[in-house]
Amino acid sequence: MAAVAAFAGWLLRLRAAGADGPWRRLCGAGLSRGFLQSASAYGAAAQRRQVAHFTFQPDPEPVEYGQTQKMNLFQAVTSALDNSLAKDPTAVIFGEDVAFGGVFRCTVGLRDKYGKDRVFNTPLCEQGIVGFGIGIAVTGATAIAEIQFADYIFPAFDQIVNEAAKYRYRSGDLFNCGSLTIRSPWGCVGHGALYHSQSPEAFFAHCPGIKVVVPRSPFQAKGLLLSCIEDKNPCIFFEPKILYRAAVEQVPVEPYNIPLSQAEVIQEGSDVTLVAWGTQVHVIREVAAMAQEKLGVSCEVIDLRTILPWDVDTVCKSVIKTGRLLVSHEAPLTGGFASEISSTVQYYRTQGHVPNKAKRWNLKKGLLQGSSKENGHLLLKMFCMTGQRIQRTKC
Amino acid sequence: MLAAVSRVLSGVAQKPASRVLVASRHFANDATFEIKKCDLHRLEEGPPVTTVLTREDGLKYYRMMQTVRRMELKADQLYKQKIIRGFCHLCDGQEACCVGLEAGINPTDHLITAYRAHGFTFTRGLSVREILAELTGRRGGCAKGKGGSMHMYAKNFYGGNGIVGAQVPLGAGIALACKYNGKDEVCLTLYGDGAANQGQIFEAYNMAALWKLPCIFICENNRYGMGTSVERAAASTDYYKRGDFIPGLRVDGMDILCVREATKFAAAYCRSGKGPILMELQTYRYHGHSMSDPGVSYRTREEIQEVRSKSDPIMLLKDRMVNSNLASVEELKEIDVEVRKEIEDAAQFATADPEPPLEELGYHIYCNDPPFEVRGANQWIKFKSIS
Repeated sequence: MAAVAAFAGWLLRLRAAGADGPWRRLCGAGLSRGFLQSASAYGAAAQRRQVAHFTFQPDPEPVEYGQTQKMNLFQAVTSALDNSLAKDPTAVIFGEDVAFGGVFRCTVGLRDKYGKDRVFNTPLCEQGIVGFGIGIAVTGATAIAEIQFADYIFPAFDQIVNEAAKYRYRSGDLFNCGSLTIRSPWGCVGHGALYHSQSPEAFFAHCPGIKVVVPRSPFQAKGLLLSCIEDKNPCIFFEPKILYRAAVEQVPVEPYNIPLSQAEVIQEGSDVTLVAWGTQVHVIREVAAMAQEKLGVSCEVIDLRTILPWDVDTVCKSVIKTGRLLVSHEAPLTGGFASEISSTVQYYRTQGHVPNKAKRWNLKKGLLQGSSKENGHLLLKMFCMTGQRIQRTKC
Repeated sequence: MLAAVSRVLSGVAQKPASRVLVASRHFANDATFEIKKCDLHRLEEGPPVTTVLTREDGLKYYRMMQTVRRMELKADQLYKQKIIRGFCHLCDGQEACCVGLEAGINPTDHLITAYRAHGFTFTRGLSVREILAELTGRRGGCAKGKGGSMHMYAKNFYGGNGIVGAQVPLGAGIALACKYNGKDEVCLTLYGDGAANQGQIFEAYNMAALWKLPCIFICENNRYGMGTSVERAAASTDYYKRGDFIPGLRVDGMDILCVREATKFAAAYCRSGKGPILMELQTYRYHGHSMSDPGVSYRTREEIQEVRSKSDPIMLLKDRMVNSNLASVEELKEIDVEVRKEIEDAAQFATADPEPPLEELGYHIYCNDPPFEVRGANQWIKFKSIS
């Protein structure tokens, strides 16, 4: 509750700071130090240790894909893998400890059903696993590799970036490893510390040739994973590990696809666009509800879903409508993917695609009024490029 | 004899009457034991098959092993009480490895291992208090409460590393520094049977052999890499031969004297400038991989029981010492009691010590002077980063 409260509290504090206070200091060249230091007034509150929580918000039961069943995230992943192995006779699943079901139980029952030739363990060697997977994919078979935790993906970074991503290009489309999908548990879980909590999507976003996908729920996970497996490009599918058990939803039993590179507008709004992916989507949904209730702010919530290549159009269209953008992610701020989103939106704004209208808060009435171009410019800068990380104390 | 008598006289009043009997009994000063011959790879001779154990050394090893054992069991207890959080990898069953290795090297030699490091942290010189406080994340801990179970460090002990296999090239580097400094030091680089399949280990073997680095590569083979048995993970389970061009020894890791002799042999080999050497310690862990692993889904309880009853390192040493009159059962029991008390006190401290202050959250990210500010979870939360 507190992280959500902190987020909303931050919105409140900005409003309380007054349209004149910090904004005036911003007039002139760019963001001044005064802007950043204004928070010291709220220093004590900001420094307080935050126990984070989020509440998983399930989507309504989908009706267009046939019969559904209650599943959590790891069961949805198992279902997707089951569908893939059934449909595609060349599909194989491999990784550390996948044979008995995996450390998060994502592959339970698959070895018994499809045989030990199709679901098998590898030794402890991430670079070997991905390199091996690229080899399988190059011959045309479907390779679904698991890296036990996203924190361990770095020995395989060279294989992914230098081999998998560039195979099609460097061979002039003669060869490709498009049938490779790498699945990995991702994101903070509370007690993971340095090596069981990382969100490395930004490292991979820097590399053309691969696709990076992060689902927010079981229904999304199954559809997106099936799309990744069928996609003719090497894909990395990050599964928020904290949602493996916490997220429960009605998920169709039959296979279905959710298109990649399409962001989803979960909730329409008119005052500010909130963008997130994975676990954070549930945090900002709660924030949107709080903002509506307490501040009368109508937030448009977007789940980015595919990090690379990302859906620029949906996000820009939304910012055209609202005039403000806020991006939230678990990964570190500096160089995090939010910086890419905000700079792209800024670019389109300077090109005139995103008009320079922005609205100013009216403190007393909580209503928005038209304002000068200058204030609009400053507000957009203000709201761009923030990232929040869930801080956890005990859990 | 006199020492024993004076010990009694200076002892505390509540010591039982049997103490007097114990003190007046005559113990042997040392005894010779036969130890198992090591399998050799690319070596003409191995470590000796007999060794002399003095009473003093025997008591010292017994105390150290018992301390490690009780410390791990206490950590287990604290974890179940949720006083220790996060991850916790225990090494009970492998005490002969850490104590035996320490017995074969000097305190000026270097050691680096992976995450099952509590035993090594103790044998390398830290107190149980500091170790338990680090596990509970308090400021009295050896890494000031910021490292936790997997990140404990001490003088000439380089951790405590979370990523499997990553510590081996580091160990080769430390060995290079030893050679460069010319102080006749060696570096013990440990890894497990699971990590033995990582590519970077072979890179380290090559560099160490090429440049004749004084590096002792030690594979602590406890038969299971997390839940995968060695037969299912490795094409060759002769880990002591995996160094190929590096000579190797396979050592009974449950017998502390065997480990000690092998370590002395390996250290002498490295110190003579012949280059690296590989040791495989065949050992066993009673607990699962970590506290979240019950440890029985991939091995039978019978197997664990069998190892406990036949090859427990503490039991083996105790039997040897008692049977050759180096110590008595009562004396060793007394050591048990003292160790238990020491661990209790340490656990008390670890539970009561305060956590590190929030201001220290951003410290030591970089080495920097003057201190700078680091952003927290949002841009308005700032932490000072001092180093």
